[in-house]
Amino acid sequence: MALTREEVIHIAQLARLELTEEEIARYREQLSDVLDYVARLQGLDTRDIPPTASVLPPRTVLREDEPRPGLPREEVLANAAETEAGQFKVPPVFGERG
Amino acid sequence: MQTVTATLQALARGEVSSRELTADVLQRIERLDPLVRAFLTVTPEAALAAADEADRRRAAARRTGEPLPPLLGLPIAVKDVLSTRGIRTTCGSRILENYIPPFDATAVARLKAAGVVIVGKTNTDEFAMGSSTENSAYGVTHNPWDLERVPGGSSGGSAAAVAARMVPAALGTDTGGSVRQPASFCGVTGLKPTYGRVSRYGLIAYGSSLDTVGVLTQTAEDAALFLHLMAGQDPLDATSMDVPVPPPTLQRREDFRGLRIGVPREYFTEGIQPEVAAAVRAALDLMADLGATIREISLPHTEYAVPVYYLIAPAEASANLARFDGIRYGPREEAETMWGVFYRTRGRLFGPEVKRRIMLGTYALSAGYYDAYYGQAQKVRTLIKRDFERAFEEVDMIAAPVAPSTAFRIGEHTGDPLSMYLEDVFTLPANLAGVPGVSFPVGFDDISLPIGLQLMGPHFREDLILEAAHLYQQATDWHHHQPDPTEDEE
Repeated sequence: MALTREEVIHIAQLARLELTEEEIARYREQLSDVLDYVARLQGLDTRDIPPTASVLPPRTVLREDEPRPGLPREEVLANAAETEAGQFKVPPVFGERG
Repeated sequence: MQTVTATLQALARGEVSSRELTADVLQRIERLDPLVRAFLTVTPEAALAAADEADRRRAAARRTGEPLPPLLGLPIAVKDVLSTRGIRTTCGSRILENYIPPFDATAVARLKAAGVVIVGKTNTDEFAMGSSTENSAYGVTHNPWDLERVPGGSSGGSAAAVAARMVPAALGTDTGGSVRQPASFCGVTGLKPTYGRVSRYGLIAYGSSLDTVGVLTQTAEDAALFLHLMAGQDPLDATSMDVPVPPPTLQRREDFRGLRIGVPREYFTEGIQPEVAAAVRAALDLMADLGATIREISLPHTEYAVPVYYLIAPAEASANLARFDGIRYGPREEAETMWGVFYRTRGRLFGPEVKRRIMLGTYALSAGYYDAYYGQAQKVRTLIKRDFERAFEEVDMIAAPVAPSTAFRIGEHTGDPLSMYLEDVFTLPANLAGVPGVSFPVGFDDISLPIGLQLMGPHFREDLILEAAHLYQQATDWHHHQPDPTEDEE
């Protein structure tokens, strides 16, 4: 199935990806090829087949709720582009930088 | 460079020190890696310091009789999607260009506790998404058997490093064939454990229901030792299973008598390179001569593995890679607002294949398409899993080619992603079913490129497939052939 340019832009927005015009055109073609190929699954009758989300037997893993040390804060923060007062710094969510 | 087993014996006998061994490894990397480009990061100082510490410990133990950890002083390499505390871990991506993990992956931590010396991090397709290492943001790794060809992927750096005898062993990861296929292309042994056998903690996630941590070595015997040391439940990974850990050494059956090996007819399709089919058949004939019962079987849903995988893995990837947003790690592409930072950082710093898979997965999970794509893929995954369950009622293990062809040329598939995806047809089913697989060399094609065979076993029966691989390696010497990457130099 052929994706439209608008569909590609919509998917990129959902995925939070800024794309160039050239990328939009290329992904439109390549993703359409892949979707055409995977469409062969539609022909299989799976009405009574349960989905597999994990190959392991379903189970719940519990542990004692005991406090333990977390990761070293300095080493964690050292990887961030911007930090302040021992925390990650995020650009403004609304509007522009004041 | 000898096998792990031989190297450990030499260390134990005092024939070589860890420092000598590590210095030799670093020298080989310095000489060969400009040609092969298996490594993204080499850590000579830390490695030599760890080697000296190992030597001191061994010397002290001679006086005190203190028991020593099993891999003490053994140099290894680690694929760059596994977190290594204090050592840059890029996932082959610009989005983690300078990322220094504050912790070790559990597999790495357990091997460090067992005494290994880490010499560096190996190249990978970005976030392990690829079958050739061509998707690395830091350049392609070259196959040591023919530098114009790919080493396979995504653990291509690890496979090439072991093949060129730069290290005796290297860690890899296998989500859709990423240990077994490069092992096949590079002529080494590659083990993909059962899903849930080795903790995924610290493996930077790609497809969480498929990801496994494996190892590349010269022999099945060496892989068994590594599996023993990495395996077991981990409180930091809820999917790691509490089942008995496989033994460090293989039981050493005398031959294949009593072993039933199934050969799925769906794996010998028209597209397969004739020499690959012939080498696999010849290996099976040898196993039969050594007592194995070879039986044709059917895995009828094999043809659906590629479409199922290329919906499920990208869907999981689209969720897993949401964390890369320029806030907590990696470089940031500046913008006026937080949303702008997200779009721009991700758009500019993820490579083309990663963006392609994120978009594919996002689409498969999006409103209106979820049932038709992701939901249907999960149901067909059940059919593929059942194919294996049925087969293992009749046979002890399944033997098949690893890839339809030997190593392809660099650039051969890069323009056409779908043609690259089809290269994974024989390795994806094991990941979808969660079963273990081991790939090992069984011959060469007529231009001297290695050919691999994979054995797949029931869940948690790595012992069976490794033992069979070991028996084969006792009877053949394909795994001792080694390439000379300097041969191509003018």
